Amino acid sequence: MLAFILRRMGTIALTMLCLTMIVFFMINLEPNLKKLAISQLDMRSPAEQIESWLVKNGYRQNFFVRYGQWLGLVQKQPNIDPATGKATPRFSFCDEPAEPYYGGILQGDFGCSTKFKTKVSAKLFPALGATGLLMFWVMVTMVPIALLIGILAGMREGSRTDRALSVASITTTATPEYVSGVIFTVIFATWLGWLNGSAASATGQGITFYNFTLPVMTMAIYGIGYIARMTRASMVEVMTQQYIRTARLKGLSFGNVVVKHALRNALIAPFTVIMLQFPWLLTGVVIVETMFRYQGFGFTLVEAAGNNDIDLLLGCSLVSVFVVLSTQLISDIGYAYLNPRIRVQ
Amino acid sequence: MQLEFIGPFQIVLGVLARFWPVWLALAIVLGASFVYRKKLGLYGQLFDSGVGIAGVAICFFWLFTAMFSSTIAPFDPLGQIPIMKDALPGAIEPASKQVYLFGGDKLSRDVFSRMVFGSQIVLIIAPAATAFALMVGTTLGLPAGYYGGRIDTVLSFLANLVLAFPVILLFYLLVTPGIMDTPIPYGLAGLFFLFPIIFFATLFYTRFKNRPERLYPLLALTLIVGGWIYVGLVFDADPLGIVHIEPNQLNIFVAVVFASSPGVFRIVRGLVMDIKTRDYVAAAQTRGESPWYIMLWEILPNARGPLIVDACLRIGYTTILLGTLGYFGLGLAPESPDWGTAIKDASRLLRSFIHPALPPTIALMSFVLGLNLLADALREQSMKD
Repeated sequence: MLAFILRRMGTIALTMLCLTMIVFFMINLEPNLKKLAISQLDMRSPAEQIESWLVKNGYRQNFFVRYGQWLGLVQKQPNIDPATGKATPRFSFCDEPAEPYYGGILQGDFGCSTKFKTKVSAKLFPALGATGLLMFWVMVTMVPIALLIGILAGMREGSRTDRALSVASITTTATPEYVSGVIFTVIFATWLGWLNGSAASATGQGITFYNFTLPVMTMAIYGIGYIARMTRASMVEVMTQQYIRTARLKGLSFGNVVVKHALRNALIAPFTVIMLQFPWLLTGVVIVETMFRYQGFGFTLVEAAGNNDIDLLLGCSLVSVFVVLSTQLISDIGYAYLNPRIRVQ
Repeated sequence: MQLEFIGPFQIVLGVLARFWPVWLALAIVLGASFVYRKKLGLYGQLFDSGVGIAGVAICFFWLFTAMFSSTIAPFDPLGQIPIMKDALPGAIEPASKQVYLFGGDKLSRDVFSRMVFGSQIVLIIAPAATAFALMVGTTLGLPAGYYGGRIDTVLSFLANLVLAFPVILLFYLLVTPGIMDTPIPYGLAGLFFLFPIIFFATLFYTRFKNRPERLYPLLALTLIVGGWIYVGLVFDADPLGIVHIEPNQLNIFVAVVFASSPGVFRIVRGLVMDIKTRDYVAAAQTRGESPWYIMLWEILPNARGPLIVDACLRIGYTTILLGTLGYFGLGLAPESPDWGTAIKDASRLLRSFIHPALPPTIALMSFVLGLNLLADALREQSMKD
């Protein structure tokens, strides 16, 4: 088991290395660098000024040198002002030492955000916290509802409840966040006026039922259908097993059979599905946070990508890839733990 | 100037009347399919269940809407009539006496016409991109599942690499306006669009390699048709000028294929690993058939059930992805009538006007729902066999 986890950790590290290199390459393409320089200077800067800005801030160095610097394997050189000969930081909002140093991901330094004019870590981690809060509430609402629907539908396959709930869950899987978000906002914010159509106040004043329900609902609804269908399939399979028939034949009530015998076995598969929902939620987070103006991870990612904020975007991709891969690992380990019939070699 | 309006009941009637070509085509196709359902194989079996009929009807509805868009829509989807700015549903346009059935948006375009024309964009790109993703995923998934070993390790690693990307980040990287200046989209397009040609060439070669009289016409056909489309799509240099794609659409296409082929790859790989242990595969191996013959002519036909179901679901998922692209304003032109862009434009103004937001959202939702119902019915049918 330990060897398995270690090998998977190795794969995760390798994947993260490859992915960050791809992202690094993509955001350092010529048009993207131009866009960054223009956003930092002035719309009408001449080409020479853009070029000199890029050279001055080190964007023209060799690709591998810069990637190494970002990783923390190559020394970052101080920025010498040619006029005074003194070392000045590249960005006024980000201090850097005057002598060459190693400052990259491996040293825990995520770099500087050009969009938010601050350190990446100062922006990224509070945003992650905000998103964590959103995710927590989504999970708290989504998982019990989805499991309940799945169990009720799968308990008696082919019954009217089953048909109705199955069509309902198919419908929710057909409504992506930007569709359900619009529909819920129209119903609950514009027509009924019960809820706030924007979660912008949640960042500053803390979350309330009034401003946080719509984002949570919108995100949860898309996942509910999928988890419910998986739970239903697993429940249907369990209900046809011999031991369920035995339990029924020895005179246990139907409810007792479902709760004591079927449920435990039926919940193994949904566990994996729920864990694998995290990557999916990550995309949902981006849409929902943009739609409801909630300043979390997704909002940061969109801002970083829209403004070609190199260090921030790299930080975001690192975090999201880490989340995706580690949930996969946890789901594999958890599956082996929950289901003793499966043993990882 | 005051606009004249028609009542809600007349709006409903007006919408139903505008869709007349669709109702006609639906009646013919569904009626014929229902009568001859016993002879139509898997497709005919769909008509045995309510879910199947609903799925088929919704999918056909949008298919015909896309086909007859110019007849159904009363206005130009990009045309602006200033007086109709933010007009409520049912407003009568003074000049032509035609009705803005679902009202006007903030740029005074007809929401109904835009919804109808939006279906064209979605119904061209989503199925085509899914077809290419299926080709890429199948061509790579077959050897990965069949041979296993190192080729499987490498391909699976690459697939997991793409799957580990959050889709939205992938799109932001692949579908920015600046990237059209670099050769990356064209390189990827050149790579992806090769797969169908390779797939069909191998398919025919393995089957007919001892029968040149069948092989050569088929190979020639594959290379000519494939090469023609390839040249038209990748280099935009079709000598006949028929196959043509806008650069930004090519970019979207490539991004969507890139995002969904690893999923197909995984499914195909899993299916192949399961099927290759069957007796008929062993029999083919004993006969001395070549590995690619076994993969393409023994394994693939037996994996078609789950693949058809997956294709249906995947077209729906691709539609959602296209909507996401539109919602973030990536790739598609800002005035494009596709549903995602329309949702984005309308959702910013929900506080003041809700009518431009509802038609595209309901359209997108119903189309994806139709595909999901279809997939569900197909799955039920394939389980019965």
